[in-house]
Amino acid sequence: MFASLGVSPINVILGVTVFWLLLGLGGLALQDNRIITRVIFPVGAIGSLILATAALGGLSGVDTAVLPIGLPDLPFHLRIDSLSAFFLLLLGASSIGITLFSAGYFGRMAVQELGLLCLEYHIFLASMTLVFLADDAYMFMVAWEAMALSSYFLVTTDHDQPEVRRAGFLYLLIAHVGAIAILMGFGVMQGGHGDYTFDTMRHGHLSAYWASITFFLALFGFGAKAGILPMHAWLPEAHPAAPSPVSALLSGIMLKTAIYGILRVSFDLLDIQIWWWGVVALTLGLFTALFGVIFAAVQVDMKRLLAYSSIENIGIILVGIGLTIIFHASGKEALAALSLTASLYHSINHAFMKGLLFLGTGSILHATGERHLGKLGGLIHKMPNLALFMLIGTLALAGLPPLNGFVSEWLMLQAFLLSPGLTQAYINMLVPIAAAALVLTAALAGFVMVKFYGVIFLGQPRDAGLAVVHDAGIWERIGMLCMVAGCIALGIFPTFVILHLDFVAEMLVHNSLGTSAVHSGWLMLTPIAAERASYSPLILLLIIVSGVVLTMLAVKKFYHGRLRRGPAWDCGFPEQGARMQDTAEGFGQPIRQIFEWFMGVVRKMPSPFDLHPHYHAEVHDRLWNIFYAPIKRANEAIGNQIGKLQHGRIHVYLLYSFITLLALLAFIE
Amino acid sequence: MGIPITGQIINMCAALLLLIAFAMLSQRRILSLINLFSLQGLILAISTSVVAYSSQQQHLYYSAALTLLLKAIVLPMILHRLIRKLNIKWDVETMFNIPTIMLVGLALVVFAFNLAAPISQMAATITRSTLGIAMASVLLSFLMMITRSKAVPQVVGFLAMENGLFFAATSATYGMPMVVELGIALDVLVGMFILGIFFFQIRTAFDSLDLKHMEKLKEE
Repeated sequence: MFASLGVSPINVILGVTVFWLLLGLGGLALQDNRIITRVIFPVGAIGSLILATAALGGLSGVDTAVLPIGLPDLPFHLRIDSLSAFFLLLLGASSIGITLFSAGYFGRMAVQELGLLCLEYHIFLASMTLVFLADDAYMFMVAWEAMALSSYFLVTTDHDQPEVRRAGFLYLLIAHVGAIAILMGFGVMQGGHGDYTFDTMRHGHLSAYWASITFFLALFGFGAKAGILPMHAWLPEAHPAAPSPVSALLSGIMLKTAIYGILRVSFDLLDIQIWWWGVVALTLGLFTALFGVIFAAVQVDMKRLLAYSSIENIGIILVGIGLTIIFHASGKEALAALSLTASLYHSINHAFMKGLLFLGTGSILHATGERHLGKLGGLIHKMPNLALFMLIGTLALAGLPPLNGFVSEWLMLQAFLLSPGLTQAYINMLVPIAAAALVLTAALAGFVMVKFYGVIFLGQPRDAGLAVVHDAGIWERIGMLCMVAGCIALGIFPTFVILHLDFVAEMLVHNSLGTSAVHSGWLMLTPIAAERASYSPLILLLIIVSGVVLTMLAVKKFYHGRLRRGPAWDCGFPEQGARMQDTAEGFGQPIRQIFEWFMGVVRKMPSPFDLHPHYHAEVHDRLWNIFYAPIKRANEAIGNQIGKLQHGRIHVYLLYSFITLLALLAFIE
Repeated sequence: MGIPITGQIINMCAALLLLIAFAMLSQRRILSLINLFSLQGLILAISTSVVAYSSQQQHLYYSAALTLLLKAIVLPMILHRLIRKLNIKWDVETMFNIPTIMLVGLALVVFAFNLAAPISQMAATITRSTLGIAMASVLLSFLMMITRSKAVPQVVGFLAMENGLFFAATSATYGMPMVVELGIALDVLVGMFILGIFFFQIRTAFDSLDLKHMEKLKEE
């Protein structure tokens, strides 16, 4: 499309980036709520649309550019290839809905804050774009840090609350530890040439030892951004603290920049892949996924629940990457392409599904001011539009056909099922266990989504204030509708999506699903061969729709006129109160019981003689005690030791300089 | 006799300086301490002018005059006025065990001589043998600052340290360039005025010039 106009995709994308920055500055300068929400955000969404279109055009080719800004003799290198174009597509397509939603959501904010937020929001989008475009380590790190800082300020929008400040600090800390690891990884990869362009790294060669070090530095560094297991601590704190559209951006898009980084380093910049990297990534991914879903099941804060669910989904994506490395290193390129496609597919799916759900929580928060699941309930009557959107989002995230979540998880499982025949016997034994754990994760994700939707929308309102809530505003509905459209389109037309993903697979593992996936027509998705497995969402959708319609017609026909409305059977409880419903805690209780060894549960049981019994259970993250608490304690201990140097006695201070002087004199002697 | 008469005078001045440094280290009366400091300045001026005479370095005469004016006359006068105004003329200081301090001082002198030996062999000046003494008096003055608990003796220690540095410069390289010396002299004078103001401030804040009260300033 753009090629016919004589404009290369990279110029269009750069133009959008500059446009975003100008919009942000404009918002800051104007300080006008009406203009920012009614003009700047919708116009920014058009920028997203243009970006997505340009990225779609850039999927098939390679295009480079050099920006003459930066330090002297150190210009910024830019490059768009299939991998970055895919992630730019993800960014552009999913940010359309989020930005439109923001236009409605941020209207209630104070003017001064909104101008600043508008700037931070657009810098965040622009810096993520530049992360995907960067073609040298310098540009990459600049964009990466700009992304971390702008998102930090977005997370701490409500900085008058101490827990938000704490969450922001934790986020910033872990983001920087990760950034240091990434920087060291680039340092290893440039191999002493002093040339930090990705082009040099691509053509350089590292020994297996140094390549492994680079891979694990990248896994650690990008894992800190993605929330992979030991570095996940910031995620359930920062995502709930941020305003909802920002949570959607963080979870939907920013976590994918880390996935992009892992893929870029391990498949594009490193010239060798070793099979046991894949085993490590696979295991880490499985633990992350299981951890995320189990903790999501016991949360009572709706945004925390979604944050843990994000950890789970990142885990699933990492499992796919691990599997890809194993297959690629064993020379099974077709299977590598399959699992890579599944990973990428899940990335873009997650951007839409989780974006949609976070936006939905924004609307709920807007309407009720309540994040605690125990205070919500019965919202389906008051917010019917939102309830429908969220139903689609939860079904997609639960991995039910014909929506998009099913396609990627199904592809992932296909990759697992086809894996016997690997050369390493131990991996062959690992794979069925991993597949079983993945299925368990998917099943628990379904459980989590039932809890999420059921407690918020079904039943009776648990709080008196819920009687007067209003549905989402028009901008919010348009925004969510975009996300819903994405979820449905990605679910119904997987063959088209996979045709586009093939460019990425071709670039990274030199193979693609293309011919086999669509050889039985665009209607059927057959990842390897038609006789093994195939899936047609459109036919499934038709069956579901026709089944529902037929049943409704049948009911209408046979029971017409004989329908009698009476009081429902009350199970012997004539008084049904909102407090008698199953609560979020109650719903998660079985999981809490089963996995008690896995998480630290602190329970407070009332005594049998207590006239006002109060039951209280709190779930703690055990990994915090294992990984973070020792570091914190060691830090404090060292700090205390150093603090002892400070006596406040001037003689002692003089003595310090005297001893230093004597030591130095003795040294030069 | 291998050493010319000027060299012998310089050596004697150096010995006197070291003696005065030890005397200052063990002197508990503030008034006597200031007198000793004044004497140190005087001997420093004499030795500098002898060095100037024997080495025909004209600018050292100016240095000697400056030292005499500033360190033997002006600074002791300021200090005298200060202790009269602060009414601490007859103050006696409690100190650590004096013999222990003297022993530490002896060890420092040995260390300084050991340190200065290779430099002395390289230097071609007439005063090269006194470098060890100069360094020793710097270290002894430093030690004095550490062991004193009152503000005025600490300042005297600081000034004495500057004296030692000046002597070291003279003995190693026939003094520093005139600009540097003027600068240092001005620094010392200004520093003295500022510290004088500080004394009054410290006393109004803590009712005493004993520095141990300043421990309260430490952040808990």
